[in-house]
Amino acid sequence: MSTRTFRVWRGDADGGDFAEFDVAVNEGEVILDVVHRIQAEQAPDLAVRWNCKAGKCGSCSAEVNGTPRLMCMTRMNLFDEGEQVTITPLRTFPVVRDLVTDVSFNYEKAREMPAFAPPAGLEPGEYRMKQVDVERSQEFRKCIECFLCQNTCHVVRDHEENKPPFAGPRLFIRAAELDMHPLDARDDRREAAQDDQGLGYCNITKCCTEVCPEHIRITDNAIIPMKERVAGDRYDPLVWLGRKIFRKGKKPTEAKSPAD
Amino acid sequence: MTTTDEPAVSRPPRAAIKARNLRIDNWRRGPILTVLGITAWVAYATFRVFYQGDYWVADYHYLTPFYSPCVSVGCVPESAHFGRFIPDSPLIPYAALSLPFLLAFRLTCYYYRKAYYRSFWLSPPACAVPDGHTRYTGETRFPLILQNFHRYFFYLAVAISLVNSWDAVLAFHSPDGFGFGLGNVVLTANVILLWCYTLGCHSCRHVMGGRLKHFSKHPVRYRLWTLSSALNDRHMMWAWITLGSLALTDFYVMAVAAGWFDDLRFIN
Repeated sequence: MSTRTFRVWRGDADGGDFAEFDVAVNEGEVILDVVHRIQAEQAPDLAVRWNCKAGKCGSCSAEVNGTPRLMCMTRMNLFDEGEQVTITPLRTFPVVRDLVTDVSFNYEKAREMPAFAPPAGLEPGEYRMKQVDVERSQEFRKCIECFLCQNTCHVVRDHEENKPPFAGPRLFIRAAELDMHPLDARDDRREAAQDDQGLGYCNITKCCTEVCPEHIRITDNAIIPMKERVAGDRYDPLVWLGRKIFRKGKKPTEAKSPAD
Repeated sequence: MTTTDEPAVSRPPRAAIKARNLRIDNWRRGPILTVLGITAWVAYATFRVFYQGDYWVADYHYLTPFYSPCVSVGCVPESAHFGRFIPDSPLIPYAALSLPFLLAFRLTCYYYRKAYYRSFWLSPPACAVPDGHTRYTGETRFPLILQNFHRYFFYLAVAISLVNSWDAVLAFHSPDGFGFGLGNVVLTANVILLWCYTLGCHSCRHVMGGRLKHFSKHPVRYRLWTLSSALNDRHMMWAWITLGSLALTDFYVMAVAAGWFDDLRFIN
């Protein structure tokens, strides 16, 4: 056991500042253990959101020494013995109090996303898909909605004005999941991603991938494939010519498109 | 006190934390190394492209990739495998038919985009470090919307890689006929690495099978996609290795052509 110094941001939307705590730390503990100890011994009114303590609920997102992380998955042995550890709330979303932020931006964006649409006439229980066809989508289902990717994305982190047109990486993987889904019948996923979700704002600097605690390859497996699909629809004259010659539909994404 | 000059991350209703970023790790290292690496390479390549000399080893038919295909009227006739039809001018590279497209291929590459957006454009310089711009529209407008043409440069890069491969085959030569030396190892290794970079490109991955919705209906394309994906996993590595291998190959050919040292010959 050793005693370490922690700086925790305390305050609300009207302002706040860092409070320092000297806390005993045991071997094998994570940041969330320390925050709980601060609550138990020194600051019982410290606000923190948490739930599973196993990296599966996505509740305890915060920034530790400036890096977006899940507090329950950040082990103390990442830090040197004498190193001061700074904990702040997520800096992209409005703060509620202390380490708790209002992440409703993400839920609003999710509500704007058209839901999965199975082909007409196919009832629940009749869905049949080959494993090889759903593997890509399954990677994106690992998302625990911790919103670390949304928080670290500079498009909205550094530019508040981009929040209305930009949905963010968490919603891009949802768009990719559905566009790659073998039974999704909507033909406007790419249009929606580009026009409604602001896919073009992403400059693929991969911070979303770097912070994802589920190690989803957000940029390589979702965003770039979606950008390539949009490029095929909008910016590729060869694809356009091919469609004209072979009289294919407006877009190759349609459920029974020959391009599938 | 809150002012509009404050960065978005510090402005209420977000937590009013004055520091623009709180990272204490060495986040500047990556962008600095990228700037140094790319700047050094561009400086060397620019010098070599306009040097217009020591690009061809007549005895062994070594042609540096920076001059391939050599299509200028100024090219040594034996080095011009595809004819000579571009005017000879100090301002026009001998490989003017390929270099602009190779440059555009790398410039629009998804990895290099990440590298130079972060390091040269500071947008952002590192994760959770504020970018250096008051406004940001990403790749939604001209000129950055042209990044969407990456796949066209990929197609051209495939054609140019075929030319480089042909150069490497022709280089198994000596005054006595067939020959094999250290230069062949360098040229062949460079071509293999170029293929690893080109075929692992995100556009290649899309074209091979990434655009499909049903892999099960297209087993061959699925297989091609998995192979491209395997290369794509290390796209950054291939991007840097090929920058190095291109410069090294060019330097080796230049050194042998200039007589700085002899080629180590294994056969003839």
